[in-house]
Parts: sequence; C-alpha cells; structure tokens
Amino acid sequence: MMLETKGATMRFGGLTAVSELNLCVEHGEIVGLIGPNGAGKTTAFNMITGVYEPTEGKVIFTGKDITGKKAHSITEAGIARTFQNIRLFSTMSVLENVLVGCAVREKPTWFNSVVRTPAYRKHDRESHKFAMELLSETGLAELAGERATSLPYGKQRRLEISRALASRPKLLLLDEPAAGMNPQESIELMEFIRRVRDRFDLTILLIEHHMQVVMGICSRMYVLDYGVTIAHGTPDEIRRDPKVIEAYLGVE
Amino acid sequence: MKTRNTVLTGLAIAIFALVLWLADKNLGGYAMRILNLSAIYVVLSLSLNLVNGFTGLFSLGCAGFMAVGAYVSALLTMSPEVKEMNFFLEPLAPWLARLTLPFALALVAGGFCAALAGLVVGIPVLRLKDDYLAIATLGFSEIIRVVITNLQGLTNGAQGLKNIPKFSTTWTVWGVAALVVAFMALLTRSSYGRQLKAVRDDEIAAEAMGVNVFRVKVTSFTISSFLAGVGGALLGHMITTIDPKMFSFMLTFNILLIVVLGGNGSITGSVIASILVTVLMEALRFLDEPLNLFFFKTNGLPGLRMVVFSAMLMAVVILRQRGLMGDQELTWSGFEKAGLLPRSKKGASK
Repeated sequence: MMLETKGATMRFGGLTAVSELNLCVEHGEIVGLIGPNGAGKTTAFNMITGVYEPTEGKVIFTGKDITGKKAHSITEAGIARTFQNIRLFSTMSVLENVLVGCAVREKPTWFNSVVRTPAYRKHDRESHKFAMELLSETGLAELAGERATSLPYGKQRRLEISRALASRPKLLLLDEPAAGMNPQESIELMEFIRRVRDRFDLTILLIEHHMQVVMGICSRMYVLDYGVTIAHGTPDEIRRDPKVIEAYLGVE
Repeated sequence: MKTRNTVLTGLAIAIFALVLWLADKNLGGYAMRILNLSAIYVVLSLSLNLVNGFTGLFSLGCAGFMAVGAYVSALLTMSPEVKEMNFFLEPLAPWLARLTLPFALALVAGGFCAALAGLVVGIPVLRLKDDYLAIATLGFSEIIRVVITNLQGLTNGAQGLKNIPKFSTTWTVWGVAALVVAFMALLTRSSYGRQLKAVRDDEIAAEAMGVNVFRVKVTSFTISSFLAGVGGALLGHMITTIDPKMFSFMLTFNILLIVVLGGNGSITGSVIASILVTVLMEALRFLDEPLNLFFFKTNGLPGLRMVVFSAMLMAVVILRQRGLMGDQELTWSGFEKAGLLPRSKKGASK
C-alpha cells in the first residue's frame, strides 16, 4: 500500500471541510479525486502533504504514519505535489526551479555551500545532470535558462511537474494539472502523465475537473461532495453511480 | 570561459587594490575616512540584503545587532587603562577589565555575539511575516539598545565607550568588505542560496519542495546578524567612540536606503549604492552652508542636504522602481553581452 488515509477529517471551526476520508492508493496506480467546487479535494491534498494537520484520523505512507509531520519532511519521505494555481519560483530560471527540487536529496548547508566542499560539488554536479535529464524528459531542456514565469501556461504546468519529480518522489499529487487547458493540450497532458508514471515508477493521485482526462487515465477514482466521500470505483462504475450524477448534475 | 572570468576578476581586484593604495597615499584623512566608511556600509548593506533581498524577510533589526558587535569587540580590544578611564561611574566587571584581545579575534567575537543575539531574537520573531516581522525586529533592536544603555557595569551605559583603538584601517575595512562580498556571491549562487530565494519567491511552494522554511529563515537571519555585528565592530573601531544613541533606528534606515537604492537582491547593487550614498552624504554637505547662487542667497539651511538627497532618491525610485540594479548583478558575461568585452564562446558569470 502506497498511501492510506484512515478516517482523515479536517475541521475549520464549525465547518467540516473533509470528513472521514478513507483513501487507498496502491503502488503504480493513477487514482483520481473528483468532486464539485468546494468539495474538499485540495484540503485532502493539504492534509496528505502536511500543509494542514488532520483534526482526526491518520495518514499512512508506505506503512509509516506521517500524520502531522511538517510539509518538508513529508516531501523528504517521498510525496511531491503541484498546485492548483501554479506556484513556481518566479525570479528563478527554469533550471533553478528544478534544482530547488533536487536539493531535498543534497541537503545543502550554508557552510558547505560557501566553502564548496568536495561533497557539495559532487552533489551539485549530480543535481545539474539529473535536472537537465528531467527537463529533456519533459521537453523543457531548451528553455532551461529562461525565467520560469516567462514560459507559456502549459509549459509552466510541465515545469511544476518536473520540479516535483526532481525531489525523487514515490507518490506524486497533481492538483488540477489540466486546469485552463484546451482539449488538445489535455490529451497531451494525459499522455505525459502516463509516460512520467512509467518512466519514474510513480504512483499518482490527481484532482481534476476535466472528466475526459480523469476517466481517460485513472484506474480508480474517489468522488467527494461537501467533504464526504460519496462514491469510489472504476471510471465506469462512477459514470453510472446515481449519487455522482446527482452531485454533478442535480436531480429533479 | 571560466578561466577568462577568473583572470578578469583577479585583474579587477588588483586594479581596485592599486586604486586603494594610491588613494591611501594621496588623499587626506577626511577623504579616506569617507572611503572607508563606504566599505563598512558595504558590509552592513549586504547583511541587510541577505535577509531583505535574498530571503524576503522584511527585517529592521540591523542597528541592534551592530550595537552588540560594536560593544563586544570594543570591550575586547581596549587596554585595561582605557577601560578604567571610561568606567568612572561604575567599574567594569574585573574579568573583562583585564582582558585585551587582538583586533581580528575581537571582530570575530563581536560577530559571534551578534549572531547569538540574532538567533535568540530570530527564533520567536521569524514566525511572523511582512510588516509584523518588520515591527517585531525593530522592537527587538530598540530593546537591545535600551539594555545596553542600562547595563552600566558592562557597557558604561549612556556615556558610551571612548578611545577605542583605531584599528579599522583602509586595508582592514576593505579587506573585510571584499571577504563579505565573496561570501555573499558564493552563498547566493549555491544550492543553499537557491533555497533562500525559493523561500523569498513562494514559501508554500518552497516548503512543498522540501525546504525547511523556518530553519532557512533562522539561518539567514543569524548569518545576517553576524555580518551586522562585524560591520558594527568595524564602525566602532573607526569612529573610536560608541554610545547607545548611535545605534538608533536612523542607522537601520540608512542601511535600508542603500539596499533599496542598490536593488533588493543584488550584491553589486548594494556595493555601488553603499559607495554612492556615503560619498554623496558628504559631497552634498556644502548645501547646508550659506549658499550663493547669484540670484538668491541663503544663510545656511541645515538639512537642505537631506532634502536634495531625498529628491534624488525619489527620482531613482520613480525611474527605476526596483533600485539601480534590480535583482541583477554586474557580471563579466553581462559586460560581454553589452559589447564591452570581446565575445567568447560561452560566458560564465562572475
């Protein structure tokens, strides 16, 4: 089991954003998390990645309890994420953005950075090599020297994924990777996500609104509505589930 | 073209040292003092730029940490006789009264004590952000000043310290400034430097990418305090007298002005602005004296200098919102692009 949440609940004052979330994600799967706006999908991500500490319940990653750990140590443990509204390091180049991701594995200190110790140099060389590999894998190698925010939207999305991959995660969380993309771009993105999964032996959990994308690449999915898990199963099961149809389309 | 850049950098340092040597030989004491003061401002502005420009923490605590560095180092270099002369109201603690260390050691000790103060202040204060952080650091800086004023038996209180040995010679101050510039250049272009900038650009993303944001902030703040302490120590050993009033908010403000003018997040910007501001502050002094402009005469308006200075500052801020250099640096490859250097195949940065 790659990731498991056991009754994870998040309350903000009187509002229960997510209640009793029980996710199970197996190694190598691509699992979708869908639901109408405000259903608590991003909150669920934030609980898993340590941005919020769940009010109740547990988050278990590769058999270890990571509930309430700091976000940076969860990244170190092997969960990387992207954001719904792209959050790149705006003053840095494309390459530097990816290098920040690599740094989790180098663990630089100010001292060895300034002195440029042999160990630092070795790590630095390896990181540069890995970062360039990642960029050519994601088709951004020629743009390595550009300012991250000068890239077109679709490429910024790819860069964010590359940066997440740089931390060498086991589990990748993608928050609306296809947001703002046209159908053509969405299809390309699906291909890209699948390729990345195979190439880096990843497990992927993703939030998405484009039904075409989710149904196309997810082997299983969970549906949230008002923080409650109303359904889970294969895309076909979900498509036919009356509760899901109600949540999305409403019933008379 | 790494070798070319190394050669050029070496050459630039040699030329600068030569200029400094010529200036030291030919310029009078007054001019040299201004030149040396610029070097101290280089250290101080880089210290503030590390937190404000590179880590994105709006700190206004500079003067407090300078005071710690200045007092610690001064107490360590003054001879027992001078100390006895200074502490006439209340004697200095005996263990300290007899202690005299070489300047280099005292300088480092001053820096370390300031760094310690930075660490102690930083851990609680760095949980705050933006304006709240600015106010809190400002408050702590004032607290340090008040504590120094009231520790009569250790700091001589409001009387301050006089006859501090004049150890801050041209070569020491510029040597330290050069070391600090090199340190900052190495730090900001390293893996750790990228983490600092990541925290500045987007804290949430930085944390999600595995950067221990709080730790990075505290480290940056502590290093900055160390540099401020060293700057304060150099200043004390140049002016030869220090008192708590010297380290008021105005001092932090001057340094902040240099950082903003030079460009938040630019080392070369801070260096240029330090020299520019220090020299201009003195060069414009004639404005405070009676002026004769043919069509009208003034009989000395103290403060007119500051008015003109403010106007110049406003002009810079309006015309170049992000300071003289923005967050860019002067690099050899930059010169190459501007056509000031013969082109090479591939230009690495300075």
